[in-house]
Amino acid sequence: MKQLHKDDNEPLYKEEFSISSAHEALVNRRQFTKFLTLTSLGMFTGNLWILGKGYFEKKPSFPRQVVGKEEDVPLGAVKLFRYPEESDPCILVHTQDDAFVAYSQKCTHLSCPIIYSNETKQLECPCHEGSFSLETGAVIKGPPPRALPKIVLERQNGVLVAVGIEASHE
Amino acid sequence: MNDLKTQNKHTARHQYLVAIDGALALTAVLLIVQMWLLTASLETHLGGDKDSAVPGAIFSFLLFSGNFGLYCFVSKLEKKARKKGL
Repeated sequence: MKQLHKDDNEPLYKEEFSISSAHEALVNRRQFTKFLTLTSLGMFTGNLWILGKGYFEKKPSFPRQVVGKEEDVPLGAVKLFRYPEESDPCILVHTQDDAFVAYSQKCTHLSCPIIYSNETKQLECPCHEGSFSLETGAVIKGPPPRALPKIVLERQNGVLVAVGIEASHE
Repeated sequence: MNDLKTQNKHTARHQYLVAIDGALALTAVLLIVQMWLLTASLETHLGGDKDSAVPGAIFSFLLFSGNFGLYCFVSKLEKKARKKGL
C-alpha cells in the first residue's frame, strides 16, 4: 500500500488525475480560452506577415510599351492591347474630353473581360453587370470588390506609351 | 447549517462560471472580429493597397491584447475558485 502514495503522502493517482471533477468545468473553460487566445495570436501573426510582405516586397518594374498612335483611336473609340505580359489584356479608351485612359480588362470580380459602353460612358462587365467609372476605374455598381488597375500612359509626339500599372485604392 | 454552506458554495461557483463564460463569449467575439480583419487586410493587400496593412496590424494587436487580457482574467478567476475549493 505504501507504493500507492508519493513521499508527501499524496495519493499516486493524483499525478494522473490532477483535476477533481468539481473543477473540470473551470479547467475546460480556461483551456478553451487559451486555445482561442492562441488562435488570436495566429491571426495577429498573419496580419504581421501581410505587413512584412508589403514592406519588404520589391516594387514591380514595368516595361515601356507603345500602345498605338493617338490618331488611330478616334473620340469615343476603344483599343485593346496587352500589358505588361501577353496574358494581361487591357483596354484603352479615348474619352469625350479628349483624354486617353487605359485599364486592365479583367474584371476584379471573376476576371471576365470588361467592355466600354458609349451609352453610359462606363466600363461594364457583361458577366455579372458590374460597372466601373471611366475616369478613375472605381466600382460604380455590381459585385466587383475593387477598382480596376489603371495603366499609366504617357503621350510622346502623338504616340501613347504604357509605362506602369497603378493599383487604384478607391 | 451544512445545507446552507453547500448552497453558498454552489452559488459562488455558479457566479465564477458565469463570469468565466462571459469572458469566453467576449473572447470569441473579439476573435471573429480579428478573423474578419485578417481577411480584409489580405483582400486589400492582394488588391495592391499596401497602406492598409499598418492599421490592420495595429488593430489586430489590440484585439490580441484584449484576448490575452481576458485569458489572464479567466486564469485568475479559475485559480481563485480552486483556492476557495469551489
